[in-house]
Amino acid sequence: MASSQTPKEIGEIDFGLMDPEEYRDMSATKIITADTYDDDGFPIDMGLMDPRLGVIDPGLECKTCGQHSGSCNGHFGHIELAAPVIHVGFTKLIRRLLRGTCRECARLCLTEDERDEFRGQLDQTRKLGRDLNDVTKAAIRQARKKDRCPFCGEGQFDIQHEKPTTYYEVQQVLTSEYSQRIAAAMQPDDDDDEPMGREALANETGIELSRVNQILSGEFRPRESDRKALEKALDIDLTEEDMNKLMPSDIRDWFEDIPDEDIEVLGISADKSRPEWMILTVLPVPPVTARPSITLDNGQRSEDDLTHKLVDIIRINQRFMENREAGAPQLIIEDLWELLQYHVTTFMDNEISGTPPARHRSGRPLKTLSQRLKGKEGRFRGSLSGKRVNFSARTVISPDPTLSLNEVGVPDRVATEMTQTMNVTERNLEDARRYVSNGPEGHPGANYVRRPDGRRLKVTEKNCEELAEKVEAGWEVNRHLIDGDIVVFNRQPSLHRMSIMAHEVVVMPYKTFRLNTVVCPPYNADFDGDEMNMHALQNEEARAEARVLMRVQEQILSPRMGENIIGAIQDHISGTYLLTHDNPHFNETQALDLLRATRIDELPEEAGTEDGRPYWTGRQLFSELLPDDLNLEFQSNTGDTVVIEDGQLLEGTIDEDGVGAFGGEVVDTLAKVYGETRARIFINEVATLAMRSIMHFGFSIGIDDETIPGAAQDRIDETIGDAYDRVQELIETYEAGELESLPGRTVDETLEMKIMQTLGKARDNAGDIAEEHFEDDNPAVVMANSGARGSMLNLTQMAGCVGQQAVRGTRINRGYEDRTLSHYKPDDLSAEAHGFVEHSYTGGLTPREFFFHAMGGREGLVDTAVRTSKSGYLQRRLINALSELETQYDGTVRDTSDTIVQFEFGEDGTSPTKVAYDDDHGIDVDQIADRVLEAEFESDDSKAEFLGDKARPTNLSEHGEARRNPDILSEVESDD
Amino acid sequence: MTEFDVSADVEAVVEDTELPEELKAEVYRSVEERDASVEQADEIARAVEHRYLDTRVDALDPVGTVSAQSIGEPGTQLTMNTFHYAGVAEIDVTQGLPRLIELVDARKTPDTPTMTVHLDDEYAADREKAHEVVWKIEATKILALGDISTNVADMRVHIDLNPDTLQERWPTVDSVDEIAGEVAGIIEDSLGVKTVQQGTNVEFGPEEPSYRDLLQLVEELRDVTFKGIEEVSRVVIRKEETEDGEEFVLYTEGSAFGDVLSIEGVDASRTTCNNIHEIHSELGIEAAREIIIEETKTTLEEQGLDDVNVRHLMLVADIMTNRGEIESIGRHGISGSKESVLARAAFEVTVNHLLDAAIHGEVDDLNGVTENVIVGKPIKLGTGDVNLKMGSTSRSSQAD
Repeated sequence: MASSQTPKEIGEIDFGLMDPEEYRDMSATKIITADTYDDDGFPIDMGLMDPRLGVIDPGLECKTCGQHSGSCNGHFGHIELAAPVIHVGFTKLIRRLLRGTCRECARLCLTEDERDEFRGQLDQTRKLGRDLNDVTKAAIRQARKKDRCPFCGEGQFDIQHEKPTTYYEVQQVLTSEYSQRIAAAMQPDDDDDEPMGREALANETGIELSRVNQILSGEFRPRESDRKALEKALDIDLTEEDMNKLMPSDIRDWFEDIPDEDIEVLGISADKSRPEWMILTVLPVPPVTARPSITLDNGQRSEDDLTHKLVDIIRINQRFMENREAGAPQLIIEDLWELLQYHVTTFMDNEISGTPPARHRSGRPLKTLSQRLKGKEGRFRGSLSGKRVNFSARTVISPDPTLSLNEVGVPDRVATEMTQTMNVTERNLEDARRYVSNGPEGHPGANYVRRPDGRRLKVTEKNCEELAEKVEAGWEVNRHLIDGDIVVFNRQPSLHRMSIMAHEVVVMPYKTFRLNTVVCPPYNADFDGDEMNMHALQNEEARAEARVLMRVQEQILSPRMGENIIGAIQDHISGTYLLTHDNPHFNETQALDLLRATRIDELPEEAGTEDGRPYWTGRQLFSELLPDDLNLEFQSNTGDTVVIEDGQLLEGTIDEDGVGAFGGEVVDTLAKVYGETRARIFINEVATLAMRSIMHFGFSIGIDDETIPGAAQDRIDETIGDAYDRVQELIETYEAGELESLPGRTVDETLEMKIMQTLGKARDNAGDIAEEHFEDDNPAVVMANSGARGSMLNLTQMAGCVGQQAVRGTRINRGYEDRTLSHYKPDDLSAEAHGFVEHSYTGGLTPREFFFHAMGGREGLVDTAVRTSKSGYLQRRLINALSELETQYDGTVRDTSDTIVQFEFGEDGTSPTKVAYDDDHGIDVDQIADRVLEAEFESDDSKAEFLGDKARPTNLSEHGEARRNPDILSEVESDD
Repeated sequence: MTEFDVSADVEAVVEDTELPEELKAEVYRSVEERDASVEQADEIARAVEHRYLDTRVDALDPVGTVSAQSIGEPGTQLTMNTFHYAGVAEIDVTQGLPRLIELVDARKTPDTPTMTVHLDDEYAADREKAHEVVWKIEATKILALGDISTNVADMRVHIDLNPDTLQERWPTVDSVDEIAGEVAGIIEDSLGVKTVQQGTNVEFGPEEPSYRDLLQLVEELRDVTFKGIEEVSRVVIRKEETEDGEEFVLYTEGSAFGDVLSIEGVDASRTTCNNIHEIHSELGIEAAREIIIEETKTTLEEQGLDDVNVRHLMLVADIMTNRGEIESIGRHGISGSKESVLARAAFEVTVNHLLDAAIHGEVDDLNGVTENVIVGKPIKLGTGDVNLKMGSTSRSSQAD
């Protein structure tokens, strides 16, 4: 990158058509030969690969600007077209202009009043940002109504457009069979009537008798006025349609005469886009950099699709010119003209309906200009709105509970590739030298250095020692990622802002990114082979922004629901449940072991003594993680009331609703009231405490945990048998025609609904019976009760009965004619014939049940596939429509053109993450007043913080310093 | 000034804060209760103000994108299953993702239009009275009134009307004969045939004996609406619990909001409809905004996503109704009417937008987000919208 050049900033972009003269002016060369390279492999002068069009091969010099490949952007050339051709993109507009303007004087066929009206409409639509084409269409419609031009009085003809690029003028002319038609019309309808005499005809039409005779003998063609008179007198039509083809050159001449002020009425900008420029006389040739040729392994060159198309155009263009000079017949010229038009058309758009696409030799349709811009992988969406970046890494993720949620484990081989630019000063000179001397392969090493004169040197294993000594203040060193650096971490699909968060680096061995399991919910990640991306930030502004705004702990609260999205999950929840549900006792060793990975290094006062030894309770240990002044009361997922007073968990079970992701009460309160740093510490500690406790108790699940005693199985069979009987009864009443239909339903629908209801109840009953036989300490029950994973329904299906399988919300009704499978009689309405699975997963399904189950399962899979694409598009549209909205300093929500959309965001101007969901404003004035009056503040600082005079300190780096300098760690340890 | 008994000094310190009226009142109340001194009142006010300001959205927050994500992200969790029951088991309503897409698309007619009709006091309390309204709303077709039979020999269509149903559906008319006459009149008007009415029997036939015409007439007869609103094919009446007792509420399949509002006995202030365009034309744009919020909210809630904050739904509704008419989200609405050529080209139908821009000589002055991403400039949102630059601290300020 040349640092001497100041980067240019684009101020605005002006759109318009280009004057053919401008093409010629900007062209580096005229292209006349269709060949690209000569036998020696050098580009041919004035050929398609002319070196003046830019360079693609490294080492060569551009003949126009003198720069090398990479810095030369390329230059346009041009082809002089032998005859004008139509630009495909504007065929509709050309048609409109032809229809709306006079064929003689080329003025728009609208009176001054009408023009004023449309001018007014144009201004209005421009102001409102609507589609100008609607006004143009209306104006043309108005102009087409005129039979004659209001300016020169010339009669107007209809224009027919044959797709894609042919135009005809349709004129009504005298048919060649005029004499026969007149004679036939003069014959009477009935045989009795006298035929009309020639004199009578002459009298009626006012044409001389001799002329009439001449006309009837076909010697004289009647003039228009005579024709009309004849037609009227005899009530016949003497005309036929004559299609007069308009050649592009005719159209061009026509358009050249349209005055500027007439065009403005149609919303066309006259100074930027003259209509005749829509018909091309010169074709710009894109620079070679836009259509690079690839050298294959065998030394053969493979040309770009655009080059192929240009070759075709030049060949036809030349043949055209030769033929015309040789004076070839009009028919051949027209054919060649059409061929030239076809090639220019497909050069610009190869997906025109009605035109066969131009194909490559292999039969693949060519990708020409339009196709390059369009669609997801096109220039706009694929290359301009989304760009490829350097300093990024991607690998598989795996869990690491020892990391903080703010951190990410980065494999050393990634860390040695990703670099951070370090400006060497006197203060970090020593570090910089150490990095450089470690070389590119040793871990905290360096890959490049930049001398103050701007020269960039690669650090190699050979030169690293030498280079390290040369490093001075003022140099730049591209050092490896080290512990504590901030990086951006992402998992696709990036559906919300928590899909991209900033983490602190912890360099680790092996090949996977490591993350704390509590950040799985925001990323929606699991470890079954998921991969994630990491981006190393390259300037100080970005790093500061990432640290302050994007760090994981800043994202604990989700703006979607205003509750925490990061919190304990799965085993963490089972762990806290086991720890707090029955409030078990622990001796000193056990208690210390549970709190091992937390900040707590002293146990609270024991809860009591057992056999002469002190013990601590689970709730007590959990309370150690809470702030001392926390007061909370809420309902837990398990069903009991959790009471926390002064930071002590007095009662209740801590489960999903307490500490879970997606609105765990304790985490939510901590993040909102005590700040995100406190919440981060709490989540980390809950996770480790929970893991310790689940390991202490032991937690596993096996098939025996879902098996029920034989007696219970018999009862289940009985209930299902009862249900079958009831279904049979329903069917019998239905068949007897005695079933009463529900209001608004047919009898058939009613029967289906009732059967579904009965069978659903049977499944639930079976579940209830199964449930009675599970102890409260059954691991599956623990998980379902605590909200860790699974539900009672899952358990019912495993132990009791799987239940009715459904496709499209009804019992399974598809398959053979009148029956689902050939195992059943036609029109069998019974439960088992329509997908009721009476067995449980542990018991095993019969083959027929298995088949029905697979049908239901398949529907689920299809559903998910359809859903992802639909909701993806919905999201894209929503983002596109709302992306410009932003709150302003005055509290309004406006878009980037300053249109006010809301006066206060969400009607009250508060942020969803900062208010408790149910409360109106979430501020407890009484509590604040009490605190002020009691004046219980530890220090003046905490009071200032309370009053808002002083901001809460932000914790910038968590462990970075300590991890980088092991001395700090050992100092802390030596304190004891 | 305030209704609370506080000193002027206290009032001065409280009024000095940026608190909204509601919170100021709260502060006055608690100061009054506690009889706090002016200094204490000041501290309370400042502490409350600090909390309040903390809950406000940050300036330059890209709320649009956040809202879009907050609605789009749970989209992956919505069901595709179109039909499911919403409260009333008898009426199918489009739900889940298809309904959400329909709302955001601002479709002219929803897949399953329905209305919830609340009734005025007397009608709401009495089932009979409520039924009167039902018959005025529900389209009554011939099949509901009696049996049709065709006499091919005489080329006649014969209708045997059921007197009980007639009396039930025309409760204001006393004689069954009269009602049958009315029915016959409607048939004459809409089919253009002469009818013969005898008691509850109505007979008619084609002018010239033709088997085809006869069948044609029977087909047409089936579509004739004898009473009620053409668009409403079914009405379900339900008893619902309210704060003060019970009331009858009507749920309809099909909607004609304007017609229903003018029916006697309908409580227009509580009656709603799920077609946002009908609400817009009957009640105006503010009501349309309200119904968009309400409908998106219930759609999400029905799927167990009740945790999506309303503010996001409000923003979507606000942008859809910002210009005083309902605009859809997508190429035909908001995204298609953007000022910037590049932003439009980057969304959909790339080439056409570029060609049109050239013809109209448009200028893209690069204000929006997409355009600036394309040209490689910082976007004017969030931290990109701040023009403050950090300067070096002067020595004097360091000294203090």
